[in-house]
Amino acid sequence: MTDATSSLSACPACVAAPAAEARAQDAEAQARAAEGARIILSVPGAHCAACIGTIERDLERMPGVRSVRLNLTLKRLSVHADEGVEAAAVASRLEGLGYEAHELDSGTLSMTETDRQGRDLLMRLGVAGFAMMNVMLLSVAVWSGATDATRDLFHLVSALIAVPTVAFSGQPFFRSAIRALKAGRLNMDGPIALALVLTVAISLYETLNSGHHAYFEAVVMLTFFLLTGRYLDYRARALARSAAQELAALEVPRATRLQGGVETTVPVAELAAGDMVLVRPGGRVPVDGVVTEGRSEIDRSLLTGETLPAYAGEGTVVSAGEVNLTGPLTVRVTAAGKDTSLHRMADLVAMAESARNKYTTLADKAARAYAPTIPLLSLGAFVAWLWISGGDLRLSVNIAIATLIITCPCALGLAVPAVVTAASGRLFRKGLLIKDGTALERLAQVDTVVLDKTGTLTLGTPEPTNLDSHPEAAARVALALAQGSGHPLAQALTRALVARGLHPERLESVQEVPGYGVEGVWQGQRVQLGRADWVGAQALDCTAAYLALDGQTRAFTFADRLRPGAEELVAALKRQGKRVILLSGDVPAAVRDMAARLGIDDWQAEALPQDKAARIEALHAAGHRVLMIGDGLNDTVALTAAHVSVSPASALDAARAASDIVLLGRDIAPVADAVTTARAATRRIHENFWQSGIYNAIFVPIALFGLVTPLIAAAVMSLSSITVALNALRLK
Amino acid sequence: MEILGILIPVSLFLGLVGLLGFYWTLKKGMYEDPEGDSRRILQGDYDDKPKS
Repeated sequence: MTDATSSLSACPACVAAPAAEARAQDAEAQARAAEGARIILSVPGAHCAACIGTIERDLERMPGVRSVRLNLTLKRLSVHADEGVEAAAVASRLEGLGYEAHELDSGTLSMTETDRQGRDLLMRLGVAGFAMMNVMLLSVAVWSGATDATRDLFHLVSALIAVPTVAFSGQPFFRSAIRALKAGRLNMDGPIALALVLTVAISLYETLNSGHHAYFEAVVMLTFFLLTGRYLDYRARALARSAAQELAALEVPRATRLQGGVETTVPVAELAAGDMVLVRPGGRVPVDGVVTEGRSEIDRSLLTGETLPAYAGEGTVVSAGEVNLTGPLTVRVTAAGKDTSLHRMADLVAMAESARNKYTTLADKAARAYAPTIPLLSLGAFVAWLWISGGDLRLSVNIAIATLIITCPCALGLAVPAVVTAASGRLFRKGLLIKDGTALERLAQVDTVVLDKTGTLTLGTPEPTNLDSHPEAAARVALALAQGSGHPLAQALTRALVARGLHPERLESVQEVPGYGVEGVWQGQRVQLGRADWVGAQALDCTAAYLALDGQTRAFTFADRLRPGAEELVAALKRQGKRVILLSGDVPAAVRDMAARLGIDDWQAEALPQDKAARIEALHAAGHRVLMIGDGLNDTVALTAAHVSVSPASALDAARAASDIVLLGRDIAPVADAVTTARAATRRIHENFWQSGIYNAIFVPIALFGLVTPLIAAAVMSLSSITVALNALRLK
Repeated sequence: MEILGILIPVSLFLGLVGLLGFYWTLKKGMYEDPEGDSRRILQGDYDDKPKS
């Protein structure tokens, strides 16, 4: 206070400053209103022309929406709307149309950056392509027999096109080669850059001295094919990166802040410790905090894997990511944003990830073996021919250059990216997003699959299992009570009983007691539906709601609804000869039932996060390669520890960040396909390596004998690249 | 062979036109959604005027 007054007297301008600031904020708000909001949603289910029509036409009729565009390639919907149109409303409208939709944070999606890089590469590729066609036109004339002045002129024009093209389009290779050399390494770009520069230099020299052979078309072609590989590789990675961003953005965090009794919706990032936050029934707790008001039950399944809801009342400590079930809770924030347990876990995962042994990809292995041989071979050819020809420098250099061009790894550069692009495209259409390019190779090696239960094999929505064991009268009372509550168990019970054609009994003074259950009066006696300790029943060891009626208690038991495709997945994995293990944090009875239902022999219940990770490490130590599928916070460490990991889109962002592949749709069965596709992809990559190896085995000796002309070099290069690309396309 | 004096510049010019065309399509973001665009041509919605 004293500070404020002193600064007030010291600086009269400060008095005006807040007002000016307010005005500026006002203007900003106006500008924002005029600009409207950009809402981005992920729509994994969109796949056809009809989807585009249905979605765009319907949403354009929505009030406040200015324009809608569905990108089918990214399965992403961008909506330009007036300020105030809620993304959740758009999402629920999409749900109404029958499309699953997740809101994405447009702030996190820095699309412009990835776009810029992609366009840059595409531009270089385009320039190389056009130059290649034009130079080839001239080269064909030379090959068909143009001589003397005509040939020299054609070579000169080719040089005019090729030199600027290589200087522009070859930059990614030059830069990468220089970076690698500075770090004291030799990567694949070193020999490539060397080949480009040397070939251009020698061809220029030959042109100016009216030589017979110039390799301009070869050098431009080399640039074109290598850039194609580079672009495919980039696109796969960009897709993965945007996937990662997309996932980080999936849960757009907002919270309802209470300030002097006024509710305002604010982004979680703006919350600070000490703020009061209102969490409505059905909402996710956005922060770590302590309950100061209200009574309810909270679902911790995403964090611990437990399906039984826990009681929450005044003084209960809640963590970000838990779901509030029955009554509204007021929570005092103890930690928000980056400090929450959720984020800390994500950081832990990031650390574990950097410590993760760097997987050596097939491409790396090939490059390491191949990179040094290219310059060595042509150097050898040069020295040998210098000796054979008795010092004919020009001939020796020409042969060395021919060798360099023939050995240059055009096909090798395409071998991996072409296959990865084809395979991830295929999996994306099935609803799987590959976040990491090497995930496919790792997935192909998997022999053991570890599954989490809650949220992975199940959807996390309960369904009643023992309705038949209750008399109709009791069921009707239960229905009447269940209708009075928004608790997931009550709603599931209502749905199931109504589906059976039952009508509720007439009850009086039905009221929900948040955190406990629902009570009412039926034919003069008090009836209750709720927690075991509240109705006075013996708690069972599975999820259940208890009904007190006539001095008796009955238990309605529930099982989690199976995720569609879970049975097929387990069956398919077993058919493939994989070992399937179920690890869950839930109670033994629930896990045993699930294991029996799916036919899994190997299961473990009440597994702590460390237990899961330890089990996976033990499997690794025994020489197994583990695929982990999980969704909860308690799975993140295990997901990171596993050889390769998958999580559903409904998982917590920490879990999604930790996994290599994300399941976009609800159906889990495609994971089994992914394993098959991954194996096929790895096979194709090996085939491609062999193919380019065979081309080299045939043509390198020819080059060494000095028999390679520019025509042969160009033909070999394009032929090998095209066969490699076609082989990859067989995956589609 | 004098015809070459015309043909070579012409072919270079045409190549350049193609390249500029490519640059234009790239700038206009026509490669953002190849999958969707290939489906959109089947719709009659924007036959009269293209969607901006």
